[in-house]
Amino acid sequence: MQHSRQFLLDSYRSMATIRRFEDRVHDEFATGKIPGFVHLYAGEEASAVGVCSHLDDRDVIASTHRGHGHCIAKGCDVVAMMKEIYGRRDGACGGKGGSMHIADLSRGMLGANGIVGGGPPLICGAALTAKYLKTGGVAVAFVGDGGSNQGTTLESYNLAKVWNLPVIFVVEDNGYAESTASAWSVGGSQLGRAKGFGMPGVEVDGFDFFAVHDAAREPIERARNGGGPSLMHVRLTRFYGHFEGDAMTYRAQGEVTKLRAGHDSLQIFRGKVTQAGVLSGEDLDVVEADVAKLIDDAVSRSEAAAMPTEADLLTDVYVRY
Amino acid sequence: MAKKTYRQAINEAIAQEMRRDHRVIVMGEDNAGGAGAPGESDAWGGVLGVTKGLQPEFGPDRVLDTPISESAFIGAAAGAAATGLRPVAELMFVDFMGVCFDQIFNQAAKFRYMFGGKAVTPLVVRTMYGAGLRAASQHSQCLYPIFTHIPGLKVVLPSTPYEAKGLMIQAIRDDDPVIFFEHKALYDETGDVPDESYTIPFGEANLTREGGDVTIVAFGRMVGFANQAADELKREGIGVTVIDPRTTSPLDTETILDSVGETGRLVVVDEAHPRCSMAADIARLVAEEAFGALKSPIRTITPPHTPVPFSPALEDLYIPSAVHIRDVARSLVKA
Ligand SMILES: Cc1ncc(C[n+]2csc(CCOP(=O)(O)OP(=O)(O)O)c2C)c(N)n1
Ligand SMILES: [Mg+2]
Repeated sequence: MQHSRQFLLDSYRSMATIRRFEDRVHDEFATGKIPGFVHLYAGEEASAVGVCSHLDDRDVIASTHRGHGHCIAKGCDVVAMMKEIYGRRDGACGGKGGSMHIADLSRGMLGANGIVGGGPPLICGAALTAKYLKTGGVAVAFVGDGGSNQGTTLESYNLAKVWNLPVIFVVEDNGYAESTASAWSVGGSQLGRAKGFGMPGVEVDGFDFFAVHDAAREPIERARNGGGPSLMHVRLTRFYGHFEGDAMTYRAQGEVTKLRAGHDSLQIFRGKVTQAGVLSGEDLDVVEADVAKLIDDAVSRSEAAAMPTEADLLTDVYVRY
Repeated sequence: MAKKTYRQAINEAIAQEMRRDHRVIVMGEDNAGGAGAPGESDAWGGVLGVTKGLQPEFGPDRVLDTPISESAFIGAAAGAAATGLRPVAELMFVDFMGVCFDQIFNQAAKFRYMFGGKAVTPLVVRTMYGAGLRAASQHSQCLYPIFTHIPGLKVVLPSTPYEAKGLMIQAIRDDDPVIFFEHKALYDETGDVPDESYTIPFGEANLTREGGDVTIVAFGRMVGFANQAADELKREGIGVTVIDPRTTSPLDTETILDSVGETGRLVVVDEAHPRCSMAADIARLVAEEAFGALKSPIRTITPPHTPVPFSPALEDLYIPSAVHIRDVARSLVKA
């Protein structure tokens, strides 16, 4: 294993933060403290972190309605995110956006998105900026299997190709769009589509951080070096329902239990790094304990934080009006 | 009469029309749910359960799940309508019109006109609208004024379970494209709904309260709020007429003008943004046609000119309230 200890610890911390964040939001949602529509990323951590661990401040990502993991992987502030989900005044978006709209442009996070297929066109624009201003940056659109069927996504494939943009389309195929199986909804295949648009494509085991990280290297380097767009088809699963409150009757009996047992990206990571002898179980436990404190702190600070007030109702619509 | 929810009323209307006419079909994302999945079929019956049970009864040829490709399937519904079917297509949230609006306003809405009166497009687009569920800026809009703006579309806003059933049956039998707006905060509201089939004609307003001092015109979920305000004002001795136009296109202008002719005072309550809204439209109508009858300025009650906020603290301030309606109506009479 050629990765440094620090890189491995950082990557694990990022994945563990996502997991712990989502598990906690799940619990708090059940108590009624969190309002609105919430879509959790637990189970998919290796994808966001595997890709984003190649990125830096020049790079921009666009996310989906299932956005918490991408935000954390790109370095958004976890406390500000939690406060946003609680609708608090000093949340990441002042309480105006909520779970589906967390963004931090200063971290190259162009937003979660309430519109399926909203991200890919925007990411073509971010890539155009990078190309035009010669920042050396790349732009990554995370798209679900369901979102891969949206016209905006397919048009973006074409635009990114004909403009030779530094884009990576990461299709996160968790098997379902709401209750509909991707095996049913996707005509052709993700790699076939990439080929059809003249883009290199690669299929990846999204449960394995190292597989994702390795597979992302070449597309990202190619984009940085002016080689144009690529597509990654990442196969993974979500541990929770489509949104909080989904009874998941469309899944097979025991499906999630089985996946949690055999396809937990954190467990797989742990197994690999300890087997290779680069990190010990205790090293990872220390990270876990740290992360647990961070999330506890985020929740208690969110609960204590003030709500927006009437003075905030009319602000932020325009720069000037 | 049986008590039913708004959700059940819509479901029953669609089911009864499907039994009556084999050309009626239903399509939308997860309208049955579970397509290709290993668990239950009809797993969702729509994201909020409105179409539950239709696929088991009518089969997958008549209740079609779709990929997330609104441009394609809303357009397909328009094309199918123009060629002999009567599709009831679901645009899950009206906010998603941005993805597929061309197929609605350039295609379906204009076939009849552009083809010289030779086309019929019996299309129903069901869509969810409105604030109140903390669903934030991209899942809470009203947007019905935008559809009302387009010649060729009919626009329906049921305010109760009773209206929902009668208007849905009318919408399915109507030969023009109809956009059927379902307020997401009304699905669990219950009311008396006859078991048998009935229609409510478009362009006929309903007077939900009658009184001589002030007229309140309200739309969709706002009708219930206006009724609450009217009931409180009645106890204070102020008589309020509440008008639910039920459809914004066509619009029953006569009932509104007659009522303002009697009361001389008008409040319009619209959950849509204030600019170019139904509130502005009705105010324009009355200012032009009944100016002489007015005893006080027209007042409109709408949310502010901002997107819908997520935070409950802000969303509650954003949505017009019964208290605010009451205060405004009272202030006109007491002025
Ligand atoms: C334009 C649009 N259509 C439909 C929806 C409703 N919707 C939200 S998430 C979702 C499923 C998305 O599936 P997928 O892209 O596979 O992402 P996943 O939820 O699996 O992460 C749907 C249909 C939406 N938000 N926007
Ligand atoms: Mg999916």
